[in-house]
Parts: sequence; C-alpha cells; structure tokens
Amino acid sequence: MPIPESDVKWVKTPTIGWVEQMYIPAIVEGLRTTVRHSIATLFGSGARTQEFPEVEPKLPANYRGVHRLNRDEKGRVKCVACYMCSTACPAHCIDIVAAPAPKEWQSDPVHGYPREKYPETFVIDELRCIYCGMCEQACPVDAIELTTLYDLTGLSREDMIFDKEKLLAVFDETTKPDAKYPNPIRTRSGKLGPASELPPDQGLTFSSTAQS
Amino acid sequence: MPTVYVTYTPKNNGKPPENLISAQAGKETLQLVPVEIGSDKLNCIQAAQRAGVFIPHYCWHPALTVVASCRMCLVEVGERKPDGSIAMTGKLVPGCQTPVKDGTVVVTNSQKVVHEQAQTLESLLLNHPLDCPVCDKAGECLLQDYTYEFGRATSRMIDLKNTPANKPDLGPNIALFTDRCIMCSRCVRFTREIAGTAELQIINRGNHSEIDIFPGEPLDNKLATNVVDLCPVGALCSKDFLYKHRVWNLKTQNSVCPDCSTGCSIHLDGNKNIVYRLRPRENPQAQGYFMCDEGRLGYHYINSKERFLRPLRRQDGKLTPFSYDEAIRTVRQMLKDAVAKDAFGVVVVLSPFLTCEEAFLLAKYAKSLSKAVQLALGPVPIVGEDDTYPKDRRGRPIQPVKFTIRAEKCPNRQGVERILRHYQGQLIAFDEVVRQAEAGKLQLLYLAASYPPRGDGWLTAEQAATLGKVGQVILHDLYPSRASEIAHVVIPGGAFAEKDGTFVNHAGLAQAIHWAITPTGECRTEGQVVLDLMQRPGLLHAATLRKELASEVKAFAALASGDLGEYGILLDSTK
Ligand code: SF4
Ligand code: SF4
Ligand code: SF4
Ligand code: SF4
Ligand code: FES
Repeated sequence: MPIPESDVKWVKTPTIGWVEQMYIPAIVEGLRTTVRHSIATLFGSGARTQEFPEVEPKLPANYRGVHRLNRDEKGRVKCVACYMCSTACPAHCIDIVAAPAPKEWQSDPVHGYPREKYPETFVIDELRCIYCGMCEQACPVDAIELTTLYDLTGLSREDMIFDKEKLLAVFDETTKPDAKYPNPIRTRSGKLGPASELPPDQGLTFSSTAQS
Repeated sequence: MPTVYVTYTPKNNGKPPENLISAQAGKETLQLVPVEIGSDKLNCIQAAQRAGVFIPHYCWHPALTVVASCRMCLVEVGERKPDGSIAMTGKLVPGCQTPVKDGTVVVTNSQKVVHEQAQTLESLLLNHPLDCPVCDKAGECLLQDYTYEFGRATSRMIDLKNTPANKPDLGPNIALFTDRCIMCSRCVRFTREIAGTAELQIINRGNHSEIDIFPGEPLDNKLATNVVDLCPVGALCSKDFLYKHRVWNLKTQNSVCPDCSTGCSIHLDGNKNIVYRLRPRENPQAQGYFMCDEGRLGYHYINSKERFLRPLRRQDGKLTPFSYDEAIRTVRQMLKDAVAKDAFGVVVVLSPFLTCEEAFLLAKYAKSLSKAVQLALGPVPIVGEDDTYPKDRRGRPIQPVKFTIRAEKCPNRQGVERILRHYQGQLIAFDEVVRQAEAGKLQLLYLAASYPPRGDGWLTAEQAATLGKVGQVILHDLYPSRASEIAHVVIPGGAFAEKDGTFVNHAGLAQAIHWAITPTGECRTEGQVVLDLMQRPGLLHAATLRKELASEVKAFAALASGDLGEYGILLDSTK
C-alpha cells in the first residue's frame, strides 16, 4: 500500500551560512568536549575507560550482542522458518532454508498446534550484521534474540558465520543457571508468540484474548 | 450506450477521473464514475473493475459458476433514472451475482457496505488459525490483503477455534491445510466444472464444513494443481512448492509454458537463479485461466546440476571443456570449411524449442554461408493424443471443451516452421536428414536441439547410430544424451526460463517469453551463440530482433512493432 500524501512530511535541509561553512565553530565545539573529558579523566573521577579484559564491563540488559536461536519447551529450535527476520534484515545477513518439520514434530502437538515447518539450516553472518535488532522485532514467535554476549571473536571469516547449531549453543550458554550474561529484556523469552499458540482454554477473560 | 455508474473512492495520491459526476440519492450525494458496458453481460464486480474500482471477492471467479456464498462482495445497487435522480434499493446484494444494466448504480463505499465487509472478514477469521508465519500463501493471501484493507484489527472470538486435522495427502501434488479454508468452494467447482473429475466435495455442515475427497480417490487429475492458484487462502498448497520459499522473495516474469503447443501463458517465479514455480497467467487468447500439471511441474530440469555448463569438444574420444571464445571460433571455422567443400552436405537442424528469434538468426546465418546449406526441423515430440477437459467420472471427454493439453510436446513448432518455410522453401523433416545421413551425403550436422529431458530422450538409438556416421556434429543441448555421445562439439543450450523471445502456439499466437534467471554456469543461450557466430556485437535484444524478423519474414509481419503485449499477437491463420 502506498503511503498517503497526508502522512508524508517533507523536511528541507537547513541552509548554512558562511560562518558555519568554515567549520571553525564546529571544530571549537568538538575540541571543547575533548578537553573537558581529558581534564575529567586526569584530575576528576570521570574516567570513562575500563581495564578490559581484567574488568568486565557491566552492560545494560538491552545491549544487542550475538544472536541466539531459542529452544521451545522440548528443546527443539523454536524458529518456524517464516523468513520474517531475513526479510526485515537490512544487512541481508540471514539465510534460511525451510523444510517440513520432522514427522514426530508434526504429529505431536506441544502447544495445541503440531509443528509443520522448521528451518533446515539457519545461518547468520555475524560479520555482516549491524546488530540493529530488526530480526528480533520481526520474529513472530520470539525465536531469535540478540543476547548481551559482546566479546565475539573468531579466527577466520568462516568462524563468524553462525549456523543453527552454533546459534542454539549460544542459547544454551546464555540460559545456563549461572550464565554471566543477563537475559535480554526486549522479548518474552521462553514463551511462544501468539502465532504459535492456541488461545488459552482455561481462565478465559475477555481482555486476554481480545487482542489476539 | 448502456452506462453503469460506480461510486468513486478517492485513492491515495490519485486524481479523480475527469468524467466524475455528482448525483443525489435521497439525502446523500454520490460521486459516480460512469462506465459504458456496451452489450457485455457483466456483474457488479466486472463493471466496477472497468471503472477502476475494486470490489473484494472470494468465491466468484470468471471461469467458474456463481455461487455467491462468501458474501465478501456485498454492495448496494440502485438505478439512475433518465432525469438524473437515483433510486437505491436499500439492500445489500452480492455483487458477483447481480447483473448490471443500463443505468445501474453500484455503491461500493457506503457505510453499510464498509461495515458489512468488516463483518464478513471477521466471521471468516473466527476459526482461522492465523498461522501466516508458516503458511505458504502469506504474501499473496487474499484473506491477509482484504483484512488489511477492509477488515478490522481485532477479533472478538473468545471460544476455542476449530482445529480440524490437515489432509496432507489430498492428492499426490496437493496438501490441504483444513483449518485455513474459508469455504469459498472454488476448488470444488473447479474439479466439477473444468476438470470434470469431481474429486472434491464439502463434507459436514456449518462451521464444521471441510473440503474432502472420497476415501481412496485422491485429487489426481492433470489439471489438479490449479486449485492451489484458485484457493484465495493457504488451504490448498502445492507440495512441489511447499516451504521452498516465501513468495515475496520471488521475482516474477511473464512467460509461456514450453511443454505443449497450447502455449499456456505463465508467470515464472524465480529467485537467486533458481526457478521455484510456474503459475498460469490469464490469457483469453491462449488457454484461459489455467495450466496443466505436466507443464507446471515440468520445470525442474532447468535447475538440475547435470546440465552442460561449458562448451565441450571431443578429444581422444572424450568430451573436454574449452572456452567460449575458442568454441565460437572453432564452430565458425568448421562451418566455413564444410560449406567450402560441399554446402549441400551441411544441414542445420532447428528444434521446435528454439525461440523464433533464435531460429531466425540461425537460419539467416546458415543461408548467409551458402544458399545451398539445408535447414531442417528437429524431431517434434508427439505423445498420445490431444487431451481435452472436462472429463466425466469415467474419463470420457465432455463438450464444450474448456481446456486442451496437446499431444505436440513443444512450444514453437509453428514459429520455427514459418521461418524454415521462408528460408528453405519446403520443409525438411528430421527423418529426411536421417535418410541423407544414412546415404552418406552429409558432412556436417549442426543440431540446435536443447530439448528438455523427457521420456527416452529426443533422439532414438537408431537415429543416433545413423547420425554418428556424419563427419562433424555440432550440438546445442542441455544434457548429456545420445546426441552428445555422437557430437564433436557441444555448446550448452539455454532453457526457456533463461531466454527472451517469441513462441508461436498451435493457433499461430505469438507470445513473448522473458528470462527469469540467467543461464547457469558459463552458458549462453543459442541466440547469443549465433549472434557471436555472426560477429554481430552486443547482447540479444528480443524486441529489436522481432522487428527485424517481421520486416524480413512475411509470416511475422504482424510483429512489426516488436512488442507483443501481455496476451500476444495472432499471426495469420496457419492452415
Ligand atoms: S541484528 Fe539487524 S543486521 Fe543483524 S541479523 Fe538482525 S536484522 Fe540483520
Ligand atoms: S522470524 Fe523468527 S521464526 Fe521466523 S525465520 Fe526468523 S527466527 Fe525463525
Ligand atoms: S491463509 Fe492467509 S491469513 Fe490464513 S494463515 Fe495463510 S496467509 Fe495467513
Ligand atoms: S480449500 Fe481454498 S478454494 Fe477450496 S473452499 Fe477452501 S478456501 Fe476455497
Ligand atoms: S464473491 Fe460474491 S458472494 Fe463470494
């Protein structure tokens, strides 16, 4: 659907005069910040650097680091291979090959619905990724998440192309009881999204189902 | 002129049509677009379509009978009196079932209609699983589209949804996701009216209705997979395409099915140089709305890994790859030498799988070497007899015929023949070539074959043995076959999905095909190879060549503009 004209706001680039064009005010402004930080670091308590890796940084829980592929209650990959993440991904770094789910999954309904489709392969190129989190937002079943795992290194480019097993391993690593990485707070990790769940058949309330 | 009036709904960024008129219906002022309908018998949906107004509909399909069961197309109708006043009937009527006549006013955007559309959609979604993430139809699903445009955002359903079991083996090529069905009955009507085989039926009642087959009688006829295109939702899915890709990633080109001389217009859906599916494209001049399963599922050879990827030449009895540049030079030299020695002994065989442009270029090139070079038509695969539908339950054809699968299993005999007649005078059949080879009259055979691998291959063992006696055989083909065993130079062929050009069907309808994928490996299409042989610079541009063809070959004069449009152009009658 095209965007209606009424929703489009036209923004003009501000014109800059000759003073700004010389960039001197901008340079002065930048230097001021630098000097302020240097003084604060040298004489004050405003040190911004950390002694990594001896001191591990405390990252906020909404930090977007390495991806993980979540597992459902039965330990199977939760992803339903809908390609929403790869469609949303601005870096085109997700590659999925879908297939009908294994026979046992199809006949054994876990959440009311049997699993019909699953990713045969699921690959993310972590080097091409820009860690924007769009994939996480697009996923209808909260299967893909960006964890707070930040110290991501590899010895080759191939090492950094994460396949399904590796992404599931990140899940196992980050959900261990003693995991040092806090769980990401953006998604409802653990619970399946509305697309893969039946409406609850107990304790029905109007408001809880009205939005599904 | 009989005129129908359809309410105008302002579109985003769209300018209102110039002939818009205002008319008073009771207290309301209606903005109406007048459309002249001539003597056509139309329903409200079709009349509105001519006015550029879309009325959503599920159960109605132009090729099927009207059942007016889905209630998606409800509109209000009225009449415009000669004095310009409008009398509305005040009722909602199904637009698919309501014929229009002179003066009919179709109101598609009143509050009543808009409310009703949302209601209909809400009720269709009551038991719908909404498993769009795993549904193959998502992206081209009319339930998604209409809900987005005409529906409401939330459901008020608080009970458990029905979850009838899926029927993955409805037919060998078709799976039914029972819970997604909206009971439009298009599929049932198709099997009864077009295929005639009537495998499908609706069982149970009310919101427990289901599409089903009789036990042990699967949905298995040669037109069966059309129900997948007809199904407005993801209930019926083609097993061939199931979970292979999401539809929004596919890039679509208009093309023509190469599997029989009916020449069904198709959409060719591909991505990343893989053809994923073929779908019928509506064409009243060619086949109508449908296509057969043989054609639809016959494309897999294009994606096969076994295809020739590089030019090959025979060295010490084995085919070894060499470069295109060298291949072109070698072939050109071989032809030149052979023509210098005995031009009558040089035969160029054009298969009915070539496009008209390719056949034209090749014929022109061969005749430019020497007028004496013979041009012949490759084997025309004929399998059984023409197969018409509908059929009755016993498999006997019924009149009137609604779809014909032709016995001639190639797309362009008509086109290639016309070109051969122009350049060669009379038509030399392939058997004649074999006879000449038998008599030892041939010294060079240029086989522009590129037959898809079907049945036992395009060359019989005896033919291959006889042609093997010819001193030099140059072959364009897709696959290793009996022909490549006797060839001295093999140049990979192009599949139809890799070509731009023209196919002429059984009735002399010239239709354009477009490439959806680039030739695999290092391949060049036959047309490109001939251009290179002719030392004509640049890439093959179908429209330009078509113009050239039209000006040089009288039978193609109708294509003078170079543009065949969506539906193609009828050449003169064939007989
Ligand atoms: S974080 Fe952004 S760039 Fe990275 S995979 Fe997800 S969507 Fe793509
Ligand atoms: S969006 Fe979620 S469910 Fe869909 S393919 Fe990506 S990870 Fe899998
Ligand atoms: S049929 Fe349409 S609405 Fe229903 S699940 Fe499939 S895509 Fe979604
Ligand atoms: S299966 Fe599809 S075509 Fe058949 S009735 Fe249901 S929705 Fe209609
Ligand atoms: S399209 Fe008219 S009622 Fe279904």
